[in-house]
Amino acid sequence: MNVKTVGCLFFRSLCPCYIYTPLLLRSSCRGHRQNTSQPPQHDTRAQSGLSPAASSKYDWIGPPDRLSNLRPIIYHIPENETPLERKLRHLRQETEDWNHKFWTNQNLTFSKEREEYVQSQLKAKGLSERDDQGRKRTLSSEEMAVFYKHFLDENMKRHASYNREWYKRNFTITLLMAKVALHNTWGTLTGQGRGTGREKGKPT
Amino acid sequence: MFKTPCSRLTGVWKYIPRDGLVGVSVQPKLIANAFRCHLSARSLIQLCRKNQAEWITFQHLCFLKRQYVKSSNDLCQRARPKQERVTSVLAEQDDLVDGQVQQIPAVKPESSTVVAPCDPQDIQNEPEAARAARLEARQWKELRVEYSDLPGIYARLSKLKLTALVVTTAAAGFAMAPVAFDPVTFMMASVGTGLSSCTANSINQYFEVPFDSNMNRTKNRPLVRGQISPLHAVSFALACGIPGLTLLTLGVNPLTGFLGALTIFLYTCCYTPLKRLSITNTWVGAVVGAIPPVMGWTAATGSLDPGALLLGGFLFSWQFPHFNALSWNLREDYSRGGYRMMSVTHPALCKRVALRHSVGLIGLSALGPALDVTTWTFPLVSLPINLYISYLAFRFYRHGDRQNARKLFFCSLWHLPMLLLLALTCKKRRVTQDEAAVAPSMASLAL
Repeated sequence: MNVKTVGCLFFRSLCPCYIYTPLLLRSSCRGHRQNTSQPPQHDTRAQSGLSPAASSKYDWIGPPDRLSNLRPIIYHIPENETPLERKLRHLRQETEDWNHKFWTNQNLTFSKEREEYVQSQLKAKGLSERDDQGRKRTLSSEEMAVFYKHFLDENMKRHASYNREWYKRNFTITLLMAKVALHNTWGTLTGQGRGTGREKGKPT
Repeated sequence: MFKTPCSRLTGVWKYIPRDGLVGVSVQPKLIANAFRCHLSARSLIQLCRKNQAEWITFQHLCFLKRQYVKSSNDLCQRARPKQERVTSVLAEQDDLVDGQVQQIPAVKPESSTVVAPCDPQDIQNEPEAARAARLEARQWKELRVEYSDLPGIYARLSKLKLTALVVTTAAAGFAMAPVAFDPVTFMMASVGTGLSSCTANSINQYFEVPFDSNMNRTKNRPLVRGQISPLHAVSFALACGIPGLTLLTLGVNPLTGFLGALTIFLYTCCYTPLKRLSITNTWVGAVVGAIPPVMGWTAATGSLDPGALLLGGFLFSWQFPHFNALSWNLREDYSRGGYRMMSVTHPALCKRVALRHSVGLIGLSALGPALDVTTWTFPLVSLPINLYISYLAFRFYRHGDRQNARKLFFCSLWHLPMLLLLALTCKKRRVTQDEAAVAPSMASLAL
């Protein structure tokens, strides 16, 4: 372990208000907050999460998930979170998990069925899985097109219902975000704001 | 001499607590161990003789550190024990449920085991897992708007290049109209069309976030990467759309404003959802692409003439070789994303339609003089490029492979601007007396 990492670990262990150095991955804790009075949140996703700096006031977005290609978000939970904000956060979290589940299933099913299709086609042609050089055999794009069409036709109803649900959730989330933003702006303008300087360094 | 890093490192070494990370304070141990090694002792003595204010060089420090670490019994190279202690400290501070470090599950469905790197036997694997975890942690970004990044973000959100192309087609429609050229109206129509296009593209991206994440072509869009929030994107769209449509309606004429609103509606509320429901989305998209030149024409004349519809027809027909060729090579992504495109569900139709409309462009060019939009030279001078795109479409129809699809797509990219430019040069002049004088000179210019 080099000296720099030692130094970083030292700072992390001693000072609660440090400049964030994301060294440690934890199992899913999906919200991060500045005080410890509220109980921690649980997550259904079996994936390592991240613990952002305690002093960070923003949400954090991660790299695309390997299975669903969607980027996970860890939401910042302010000290005096209003019920509206909590509702928004829960809805966003739930939508994220629902999306992740759908796309993971979609991508895995697609890969699996594609493999099965390629195997069955090769078998029908009497070819082995790998050619003489040991490379994996692939089908032509015309043959694959048959599979792509079949996959789409098979899943049409499921895709349509996902579409409807996604549009509904997206609208609701955006409306809630607008309400929260208006509420906060109004609170700041009338001087009843939280006093955490939310109008500066606006979250996205 | 590396003053700053050395001073920092020296400072760190001074303050390290006894129970934690490195052990007892460094200096006595360092000197004790250093004497074991002849070389390091000599350098240490040299250092001690120097002025206290002069820090040791970085290379010296690293060398001494290596000596210290190798010969010390207390200090071990293993990262794991220290991390565990730090984990427990942080767990108490942050009030978290459990402090286990989990490995990212594997992609294959059958092997989804979770490996705990805290396995005492697994020392070799653990540093790698920690390194992987560190690398992944570095990819996490704060969702904060950087104001300096906003122009770039907005450019990508509004698909600026596509918007520029749309404004060009609207400008061509304006220029082709048989009226005097009014620069003010031209500017307002162009700006209004550009803003409407920005709105439509932003709303389209707002709707399509999870689908865009899963396609290679679109996975770097701003909303997918979380550079701005959905609310921000919608606000940007409204901030473009309302002034844009107002400018078109009040500054140009209500008909153009209506057409602008129709474009936005068709693109966001018809084309975007239809992409996942039916192949008719391509025809709707072609209509959306055909409206801007019509808007340009109506901005100039204030009425919907056959000439406007002819220009719209050019764009409508052009969309098919353009889009069908593009979508041919994206079939796998479309299928996985659940997009119903002709290229995936009806490949034969896809090729047929592309060929049909490429040949149709020749016919439409012939309508130019018939509708008094262009002179008779236009069908002649546009014949070479129309024949070429039809030839490529025919090859695409016959062979239907990736190469031919690519060729057709790239041809369509230069074909449209060229066609509009030729139409502009062959534009029929308003005043009929001058026509006889103008036409031969135009013909020689075009040829």
